[in-house]
Amino acid sequence: MSKTPEGAVIIGASAGALEALSSILPALPAGYPFPIFVIVHLPPKKRSVLAEIFNEKCRLRAIEAEDKEPVEPGVIYFAPPNYHLLLEGRSSIALSNEEEVLFSRPSIDVAFESAAEAWGDRLTGIVLTGANHDGARGLQAIENSGGTAIVQDPSTAFARTMPDAAILACPKARILALPEIPSYLSSNFK
Amino acid sequence: MIDTYEKVEDIEIRLLLEALYHRYHYDFRNYAMSSIRRRLRQAREQLGFSTISAMQEHVLHDPDMLPRMLRYLTVQVSEMFRDPSYFLAIRQKVVPHLRTYPSLKIWVAGCSAGEELYSLVILFREEGLEERTLFYATDINPDALAQAETGVYDIERVRLFTENHRQAGGKSSLSDYYTTAYNRCALDKSLRRNVVFSDHSLVTDQVFGEMQFVSCRNVMIYFDRPLQDRAIGLFRDSLPHNGFLGLGAKETLRFSTHADSFREFVREEKIYQRTRA
Repeated sequence: MSKTPEGAVIIGASAGALEALSSILPALPAGYPFPIFVIVHLPPKKRSVLAEIFNEKCRLRAIEAEDKEPVEPGVIYFAPPNYHLLLEGRSSIALSNEEEVLFSRPSIDVAFESAAEAWGDRLTGIVLTGANHDGARGLQAIENSGGTAIVQDPSTAFARTMPDAAILACPKARILALPEIPSYLSSNFK
Repeated sequence: MIDTYEKVEDIEIRLLLEALYHRYHYDFRNYAMSSIRRRLRQAREQLGFSTISAMQEHVLHDPDMLPRMLRYLTVQVSEMFRDPSYFLAIRQKVVPHLRTYPSLKIWVAGCSAGEELYSLVILFREEGLEERTLFYATDINPDALAQAETGVYDIERVRLFTENHRQAGGKSSLSDYYTTAYNRCALDKSLRRNVVFSDHSLVTDQVFGEMQFVSCRNVMIYFDRPLQDRAIGLFRDSLPHNGFLGLGAKETLRFSTHADSFREFVREEKIYQRTRA
């Protein structure tokens, strides 16, 4: 068993997610020291192939999280469709079947809030492209717990509603273009 | 400060769960903290308390608080034939084994409002197994059990149930099993002929019989790992060699201390079979 990582990254994306994630995740180096949780809005009734796609494309291992999945450094965990993903402390993932939040399950807010609870100032939260307001409240929770908030530059987003809402909720968030995000993540092992 | 001391809210949550246990013998103390925290915050906000401690005082002194707390603490989100591929796998792969038994006992653990129970009863009727089967439907929430026993659902959900049933390989029309009135759909009471509804806790109660099939879906995701092991231990002890255990789509026995007592029977549907271990 590897030791508990010292920090974590959590990413939320909706409409346009695949393209946005494709310019971030494959650019991360092998041996990246933090776990990366990825919450994407998906159709509830279909199997998701995101983890398989990114496991192929990335130098890091990508998996779809199952309930009580242990958290390890350098692994990309995708939230499965039709479940909320929560962090059960720093050592494992818990899934939940609770009601949709902002019509979404997985909800980015729910995941971000539980990650903020677990990781405090050791967490970086990133809101990417999307056509609703999910993620704004969660990013605020991350900021309030001392974590780092990053938002994709809305002018570069496929759908700018979600990054716009996140910036409104977190005026201090760093606004980065997609290619800047992996370099930021690779150079800031906060 | 925050790193060294347990957060005040977490202390309050622990105390509230102790209060529920000592006052009413409902034991949520080993539920997964992340989701309990979220639901108790919801309860606090919606019931209008300033703190979880203030809510705890009412839990201790006002018995009417118990059903209200249970509504928040037990998650009741289900559908008939939810994840149709699970029921299709039961029909195609489990049923042929079950046919070889002269009598069957099926346990739906954590049956909530009964959607999954009735799905199984209908499937067993379609497959000609209902007559030889006794279904046990258990839950800790008396309101949910009462609702399950009534078998009445909102009419708006029927379209989804019907589509799920079709995808699950349904051999009849779902409309054969219900009548509608006043925006409600009432399931035929004949579906309850062979069902025993009972209050049973996976946390504090014991094994109550030998089962050929246990279905427990999206119930244990709310438990922490040690409590999951307790529940899976109950299933292990309820199932004879070759008995079946069905879990939710994203649940797994991989992390359980009882993993060796089961083999994957239909891997992608989380249907396991009891080994001799």
